[in-house]
Amino acid sequence: MDLQIALLLGQDGLTNGAIYALLALALVLVFAVTRVIFIPQGEFVAYGALTLASLQAGRLPGTVWLLLALGAVIAVVDGSLAIRARQFKRLPWIVLLSCGVPLLLVGALLAVSAATLPLPVQVLLALMLVVPLGPMIYRLAYQPVAEASVLVLLIVSVAVHVTLIGIGLLFFGAEGSRTPPFTDVSLEIGDALLQGQTILVVVASVVLIVALYFFFERTIYGKALRATAMNRTGARLMGISGSLAGLLSFTLAASIGAFSGILISPITTIYYDSGFVIGLKGFVGAIIGGLASYPVAAAGAVLVGLLESYSSFWASAFKEVIVFTLIIPVLLWRSLKARHVEEE
Amino acid sequence: MKDSTRAAAYLLPFVAALAVAPLLLPEFYVTLLNYIGLYAIVALGLVMLTGVGGLTSFGQAAFVGLGAYTSAYLTTVHGLSPWLTLPAGLLVTAVVAVSLGLVTLRLSGHFLPLGTIAWGISLYYLFGNLEVLGGHTGISGIPPLQILDREIKSGREFFYLIWAVLLVVVLGTRNLLDSREGRAIRALRGGSLMAEAMGVDTPRAKIVIFTVAALYASVSGWLYAHLQRFVNPTPFSLTQGIEYLFMAVVGGVAHVWGAIVGAGLITILKQWLQDWLPIVLGQSGNFEVIVFGLLMIFVLHRARDGVWPIVTRLFPPPARRRSAPTSVAETESPPRLPLARRPRPESGSLLLEVTRASKRFGGLVANDNVSFTVRAGEVMALIGPNGAGKSTMFNGISGVDPLTSGGVSFRGQRVESLPARDIARLGMSRTFQHVRLLTGMSVIENVAIGAHLRGEKGFLAAACRADRAEEARLFDEAAWQIERCGLAEQMHDAAGSLPLGKQRLVEIARALAADPCLLLLDEPAAGLRYLEKQALADLLRRLRAEGIGILLVEHDMDFVMGLADRVLVMEFGRQLATGLPAEIQRNPAVVEAYLGGVE
Repeated sequence: MDLQIALLLGQDGLTNGAIYALLALALVLVFAVTRVIFIPQGEFVAYGALTLASLQAGRLPGTVWLLLALGAVIAVVDGSLAIRARQFKRLPWIVLLSCGVPLLLVGALLAVSAATLPLPVQVLLALMLVVPLGPMIYRLAYQPVAEASVLVLLIVSVAVHVTLIGIGLLFFGAEGSRTPPFTDVSLEIGDALLQGQTILVVVASVVLIVALYFFFERTIYGKALRATAMNRTGARLMGISGSLAGLLSFTLAASIGAFSGILISPITTIYYDSGFVIGLKGFVGAIIGGLASYPVAAAGAVLVGLLESYSSFWASAFKEVIVFTLIIPVLLWRSLKARHVEEE
Repeated sequence: MKDSTRAAAYLLPFVAALAVAPLLLPEFYVTLLNYIGLYAIVALGLVMLTGVGGLTSFGQAAFVGLGAYTSAYLTTVHGLSPWLTLPAGLLVTAVVAVSLGLVTLRLSGHFLPLGTIAWGISLYYLFGNLEVLGGHTGISGIPPLQILDREIKSGREFFYLIWAVLLVVVLGTRNLLDSREGRAIRALRGGSLMAEAMGVDTPRAKIVIFTVAALYASVSGWLYAHLQRFVNPTPFSLTQGIEYLFMAVVGGVAHVWGAIVGAGLITILKQWLQDWLPIVLGQSGNFEVIVFGLLMIFVLHRARDGVWPIVTRLFPPPARRRSAPTSVAETESPPRLPLARRPRPESGSLLLEVTRASKRFGGLVANDNVSFTVRAGEVMALIGPNGAGKSTMFNGISGVDPLTSGGVSFRGQRVESLPARDIARLGMSRTFQHVRLLTGMSVIENVAIGAHLRGEKGFLAAACRADRAEEARLFDEAAWQIERCGLAEQMHDAAGSLPLGKQRLVEIARALAADPCLLLLDEPAAGLRYLEKQALADLLRRLRAEGIGILLVEHDMDFVMGLADRVLVMEFGRQLATGLPAEIQRNPAVVEAYLGGVE
């Protein structure tokens, strides 16, 4: 390996690492606030990328149907709860929010030809189609069992993941997609060629991380989420609704997931099931941070990206084996750090 | 025993049906049943792990793969007999499972399943990329199993082998769960604090069930390899690992028979969906996972016990109440089959000496330089306003939450840095302020957990029922302690169905079943009625007369003052006063702490 290859691999590793870092942050956030280990995070990555690809190909993305279906189910569930509680005034709002908004989106999509729109608008449209799925899934799959044990929530997560994989295959088919790069610029620094796409991914990730930091430090909703993460009961006594915190953290996680998918899709071909492995690499990062520390999780995720990149050079067949076996020494290290047996 | 006759009433027809099934059914159904059997063996491991132990794994398919590949490799490359590769596969699996368990078990419960996901993926890629294992094409030409001179080649013959193995594993697991070690495993779900305080080595229990579940998977893999006589990585992927968990959860994750029901349902449903969904949806692909995923979410929302409870409702057991394993003595006399008792320290000798004990939680000093002693045959009461640090002191002494500094010596031995289970072994037993019972288990089973350290039969003995004599003695002891605590009537009720005051008495009975020299009681009288309090005081007096030392935290002053030999008053973590009850009642500082100062 000469310096040029090393730099190239480093660049690759850093790009993927930045994406994994975003995902790791979202995973830590969701776990801290809701105790949900958010295995389906990866599906948002795939859905984001594939929805954008469908829009660019001039097809109506399948996510539209999922959005409509989930909206209808939520309208039925929430509506019947409202009727049972005799809160008839809430009914129009429930229907408007859960059915009206998705219908509006579909209408807008049908009215314009998305393929001809400028790229930023396409990205925005894709996000609008995918991100609402996050809170909707929280409402239907997690909120009814929000007080269950971490173990039950984890099994729910795996069930949601499996369902979304199947639905992804149904909507997007088995073929992969790759979106055109956001930029063709490349810089020559010494011997090495720095891809504009790489810079974009890293910059976007850093911007997003900084934005998250300010969200948590400066806004009332951010503080509410932090409060819930620290002490659920205490936060509730202060008037912070647990379901609101759940919906909010799932919205954030879905945004981060879909956005990561959009960032990564010009670099890698994304299939309906690619998201899972990408998300799991974010998980390895999150576990390095003990599912608790944001900076360590982000650093761990970058490490995963670099490890993956260099191991693909040395032993490409065993790339995944090496990356996922990394979790064993990490767990061992965390386990030796743990003081005594933890109580669930 | 009523229990076994009842089980036999259903088991015999079931076995008979299995015996004739391959003779009557067409080949297709025999094959289907073979797979159901293979899957059920794996799912059974998950029932024990998830439903009983409160842990879980998504990587069971990888363990199946270890069993299958070990046998495939050794029989084809080295020409070993399949009967030798079975133990080899088990050994490989056990080594991997124990290491994985050791790495994760000190962390909270969710790190193990996350670890199994990562491990399931990396093993799958390893199978697919190792040249010696045939890469993605796999290994073919695996020899058939041979019994004497007969080769078991047909699916019909294999059927008997698979289902015989499954039945042995089911019955073994059921026996195991109904034993001393089984109760320790079931105690894991109630949180490790209580189990540790009763002397259960919880990390060991977790590793053991994780390993046993992995071994079941490995046996299934070995059978699979010699049934198919061909292996490739596909059936050992994470997706299959998740499907095994679905089987266990849908069938009923808390019941051994749930594994068979779940494996059957999922396998048949999958077959059916794979036929129909591509037609309905107009595309080919694994769309059954959508249905499985939604089904799982539904089960977890609405019927967390799965399908098995519905089956038992259709076929109600002839005898409703669980039979007591032993006859219960009518009078309050020691059990007829006595367990060995530990020698009691002489009355008046020093049992417990706490010196300058401190406990800090960050900036909060919950215990500040507290020193006191408890002697054999003495009731020492620890009183003080709420938040004085009494329960913290209890946790420090019993090793549940170790002290920050200071020393605890128990029967002449320093114990402040020992884990709770080792302190329990020395003869200290305790109750918890917030009752920690296993609400679904009967009172007598809960109390028997207290006697955990007084038995010694292990997992193997339990699985083949070689532990019955010891079990009878443990239950006799438990029954006796329950009677002493005045709960004979409720002995077979679910512990969670008792009012809180009685649940506290169950906690005392459980502590007594450990045959302690020192008893730590945290608010035992809270929630009891007047007569019940008197009965409790009588019991404690009798225990004192037997030479047991008692350390008591209690808010009911009449109860304390009427019973205690000495009293220690704490306030804001500090030691306010120590002395005889009468002295304490006159102590101005104590009066001020309780009633407020005079302005």
